Amino acid sequence: MRRDGLILQKLDWITVLIYLALVTIGWFNIYAAVYDEQFPKSIFDLSINSGQQLLRIGVAIVMILLIMVADYRLFESLAWPLFFIFLILLAVTPFIGKEVNGQTLTIGFGSLRIQPSEFAKFTTALVLAKVMELPSFDLSKRKHQLQAIGVILLPIILIMLQPDTGTAMVYFAFFIMFYREGMPANLYLFTFALIALSLLALGIENNLFLAGGVIAFTLLLYFLGKKTWQRGLVLSLFCIGAIAYAYSLDYAVEKLPQHQQNRIMVLFNPDLDPLGVGWNVTQSKIAIGSGGLWGKGYLQGTQTKFDFVPEQHTDFIFCTLGEEFGWVGSTLIIALFCTLLLRLIFLAERQKTASPASMATVWFLFSSSTSP
Amino acid sequence: MNDRRPLILASIIVSIALVLVFRLFYLQIIDDSFSKRAERNAIQRIVDHPYRGLVYDRNNELLVYNNPVFDLMLIPKEFHVQDTARFLQLFDLEKETLKEAYAKARAYSWVKPSPLKKQLSTEEFARIQDYLIDYPGLMILTRSVRAYPKPVGASALGYIGEISGAQLERDSSRYYRQGDYLGLSGLERYYEHTLRGKKGVKYTMVNVRGIEKGAYKNGELDTASVAGKNLISSIDVDLQAYGEFLMQGKRGSIVAIEPKTGEVLTMISAPSYDPNALTGAQFGTNYLQLTRDESKPLFNRPIMATYPPGSIFKVVQTLIGMQMGVINPNATYACNRSLVACHAHPNPVNAFGAIRYSCNPYYHQTFRIMINQELSKNTFKDTALGLDIWREAAMKFGLGQPLGIDLYNEKSGQIPASSYYDKVYGEARWRYSTIYSLSIGQGEILVTPLQMANLAAIFANKGYFYTPHLVKAVDGDPEAIPAQFREKRFVGIDEKHFDLVQDAMAAAIYGTAGRAAIPDIEIAGKTGTAQNRQGEDHSVFIAFAPKDDPKIAIAVYVENAGWGGRAAASTASLLIEKYLRGHITRPNLEEYVLRGDFTL
Repeated sequence: MRRDGLILQKLDWITVLIYLALVTIGWFNIYAAVYDEQFPKSIFDLSINSGQQLLRIGVAIVMILLIMVADYRLFESLAWPLFFIFLILLAVTPFIGKEVNGQTLTIGFGSLRIQPSEFAKFTTALVLAKVMELPSFDLSKRKHQLQAIGVILLPIILIMLQPDTGTAMVYFAFFIMFYREGMPANLYLFTFALIALSLLALGIENNLFLAGGVIAFTLLLYFLGKKTWQRGLVLSLFCIGAIAYAYSLDYAVEKLPQHQQNRIMVLFNPDLDPLGVGWNVTQSKIAIGSGGLWGKGYLQGTQTKFDFVPEQHTDFIFCTLGEEFGWVGSTLIIALFCTLLLRLIFLAERQKTASPASMATVWFLFSSSTSP
Repeated sequence: MNDRRPLILASIIVSIALVLVFRLFYLQIIDDSFSKRAERNAIQRIVDHPYRGLVYDRNNELLVYNNPVFDLMLIPKEFHVQDTARFLQLFDLEKETLKEAYAKARAYSWVKPSPLKKQLSTEEFARIQDYLIDYPGLMILTRSVRAYPKPVGASALGYIGEISGAQLERDSSRYYRQGDYLGLSGLERYYEHTLRGKKGVKYTMVNVRGIEKGAYKNGELDTASVAGKNLISSIDVDLQAYGEFLMQGKRGSIVAIEPKTGEVLTMISAPSYDPNALTGAQFGTNYLQLTRDESKPLFNRPIMATYPPGSIFKVVQTLIGMQMGVINPNATYACNRSLVACHAHPNPVNAFGAIRYSCNPYYHQTFRIMINQELSKNTFKDTALGLDIWREAAMKFGLGQPLGIDLYNEKSGQIPASSYYDKVYGEARWRYSTIYSLSIGQGEILVTPLQMANLAAIFANKGYFYTPHLVKAVDGDPEAIPAQFREKRFVGIDEKHFDLVQDAMAAAIYGTAGRAAIPDIEIAGKTGTAQNRQGEDHSVFIAFAPKDDPKIAIAVYVENAGWGGRAAASTASLLIEKYLRGHITRPNLEEYVLRGDFTL
């Protein structure tokens, strides 16, 4: 009893409430996404996604409770074995798993199936915590940087083989945590600059404008800082490199077959091909945009209800929300997520050490509240 | 350690959230194009087509009704057949037709119905009805087409057809849509707004594949269609049918009017066609055939053909002359055939005799006095001034302008003005000797058969007429017809002048049109012969009866049938008897008319 009381006391109720709110809203939204006015089914019906989601929520809560009552040293000691077990499972999934739409994501028998990439998020978090917990660990050191990146790179590569780019991308979220733990900021600046440059190179028709922009930006940087010749030289090199990169990227794209070029161009302008590649984006925008200020009301959405938006109970679930609850509802959800993330950062800062249990819990909360 | 880093992370998260919120604000509130696109996506407007109004004759006999036709539709997704041979036999289809229809349906939509066999009759539908249930993916779409119990009155009733692109563009009310049917001619066109009713609209929601998903907003915005109004036509269908029967194999027109009301009892354009030909599936082929027919069955002669009125115009001349004070009824004029040709009759004649014997020189002489009233010392100017004064009087008889019947494309005919001759001959370069043919209704003067029948109505009414019209009530309400049809139009001739004219016309029956006489019914009439440069003259006759209480005024044109006293007078006489008595007492005359060899 004393122990239970301690746990409840230690529990951060703000986080718990936000978590529960998001999970509940998500559940109702999934019901709205699969709801069929002509053949209404109960939200608890296990044959539709909302019923299945409720099961998942139940399992998640049980697991959260288990994790909370368990001694965190248990996870500490199981971290590496679990990590490797799931790496092996990830490795064999493409060979023994069930193929759906060209992807092999799950293994198991009959209706009892698991998706190892989901569990691997958890084990990766545990191992990272264990590694980084060591007092000697310092992310400003090259060796430790490679260690940390190596831990997440292993599952990423295996998941890319399934292939499941979406889930693999989630692992890059660990870089956010690396940043907090002292990964050099220049790495991030460089990456963002590269991404921004790539987008601009593809998005801007005339590369001369881009080149002009890059030169202007470089000059600005130079005059804002110390005006030494060394700094000038470095900036010039970067400037030339950036322009060369932009040109070569455009050149590479032009060498691609037309349909692949289209895929890239549609990223910037979905209206180029609203019935083809741009369909999902166009229809999502229509669904969200037609929501207005207050939305059409729960279960009243037409775009999401009548399958204009595909995959709406998973990837495009936000369309349902945007259409039925409008700008007010969308903003509320974004605010909830924002608050949750800020709260998690705050909690993490309050922890004296990055203990495996707290990290795992934080991570588990994060992933289970975002994915269905 | 890195105290600034968590703050940086937090501010990045907040910035991203703000960007999202602002972007959503733009998408959801500022840019309203998405709502419209959403509606276009998911809300389907289904038009509920109203029941088109019916048309009855003056005795409430049905002339035009709606006949249901059934389109057999096929939904590829659900359609499957085990025994194809039996299916083809049951539905009376060829294997190739089925294959073609199926391929077309597939190409159009997997889940929406496409036609397999169009326009099944009620009988055909009844035959296949019971089998439908055995074949999933088949359904029946009910529509209606116009139908006519009696194959008469085509030119007056008109037809409906699919709206053309040009008509759609002109439709400023935006009522019509591609594929809608509307009245294209005749009463169907003139009374389109009365007959068509009002379309209803049903909004349903559809999913991405076009499958219906129930009513939009629970049907709050839906409107029910309002059926079109029924027309009570002034046509007497028995008289119309009899007239068409008499005109078979001939070309010409018949128009009969009830003088007291201006209601058109019969309007015949010969040759005509069966109005049922221009309905339903066969419209296209039949229409093409009719337009190519050298005898022009689609040409509505009563309102579109113009002829010189010939001798019948002499009655109008007498009335204008008397009203002007130029003709003294008792004054006699010699039948001077050096002025203009005439035929043998008692000589000289007064006003009465001139009509009775249709004396040409009489009008040559009296018309000159009407025209040359010495308003100017210059003969040429005097003629021009006189002609225009006379023209004004003549036009009051409804000539030289469309009468305004409830049909489109009515021709105006022609009463020439001085400007007309100025153009032809030059100003002040023509005089009475140029235009004297007008005195006897020949030359540049043109009238339509409808105007001619209206003249008979004016003579019967002693000086006024109602604009001839084909509809006497809308949904049983006589007040609902256009107001202009209920207005008396006076022709500017005093009533007293008409007694002489009526008596002379009654006498003329025995003078020039003995065949027209009907036992026990006194009729007043006048023959005419419209000169025709292309061939044999046209036979013309107008009459009204009974003389003392006229119930029918009629004009008959039989083209290329020579003198008015034969073909036209006989036909008119039979129709008058048919209308007044209900049956024919002179089968020999009927036989004579049907035989049609009037010029032998």
